[in-house]
Amino acid sequence: MTTAVKMQLAAATLMFAVAPWVINAAPHEATMGLVYKIYFFHMPSAWMFMLGAIVAGVASARFLFTKNPKFDATAVAAAELAVLFGLLTLVSGPLWARKAWGLWWVWDARLTSSLMLFLIFLAYLLLRQFGGPGSEKLSAGLALFGLANVPFIYVSVNVWRTLHPKTSVVPTLPVEMGRPLWFCVTAFLLLFLALLSLRSSLERQRARIDALYLAEDEA
Amino acid sequence: MRHLRVLLTLALLLGPALAGAQPQPSPDEFVPISEIPPEEQIPAINLVAAAYGFVWVAVLGYVWSLGGRLKKAEDEIARLERKGR
Repeated sequence: MTTAVKMQLAAATLMFAVAPWVINAAPHEATMGLVYKIYFFHMPSAWMFMLGAIVAGVASARFLFTKNPKFDATAVAAAELAVLFGLLTLVSGPLWARKAWGLWWVWDARLTSSLMLFLIFLAYLLLRQFGGPGSEKLSAGLALFGLANVPFIYVSVNVWRTLHPKTSVVPTLPVEMGRPLWFCVTAFLLLFLALLSLRSSLERQRARIDALYLAEDEA
Repeated sequence: MRHLRVLLTLALLLGPALAGAQPQPSPDEFVPISEIPPEEQIPAINLVAAAYGFVWVAVLGYVWSLGGRLKKAEDEIARLERKGR
């Protein structure tokens, strides 16, 4: 583990430990009351979910063009993080919606496309796990579909009718609500970067194990 | 004829009642929070605690799983390198 990763992990841990106090200090929203505070973990999770999909898609494209296994390792790591943060988004969102909308789930463009993105990266990991030789190229293609889905998810709330808040909410937040949000976004981003680095190094170690086994077979 | 009269009477009696009945919202439509029956309302603190609790448990679980996998890979590399010498 490099010093940068250790520092990222330590900072993220500290920020996650302090987060409950920072979030508690934020005022209640006028119509939703206390339940809107799920937003402070839900939105950063959703952003990391999309960031994971973007990193996995871009790394997969580079892997397909260059055949460099370094990009494949990054793509696998980012895909796994997309599934992790996707799960956090898809669980925290309905918990908020149940109180704010009176429903756990609606099949609108934002929620449905987010679920699709989650399923694409879940399929990616299943393909890597059980696909056998050659699955890295197939899964790289799948990650490109995931990447193409990200802009669609982002604009869906502005284009189609939905109960989900629009993208214009974040820039118009009052300072007392914006401060805890950006604090949580920073904590999630540091966690994402540290986990991406650790998970990529695991993939490189696995490649090294394969190389050692091959060398053993040849000897 | 008698059956027809009974049906006509029932239609006259139930017709206005059915016509005046409010359609129930389908389960995939927005229901204002004020219209949710009290027995179906969940306290906000429970939902907030569940959301934050889930995030914490999932992240810690993932970090623990990743740490375990890294340790296993490092041990295997060390074993194979020892064997190769």
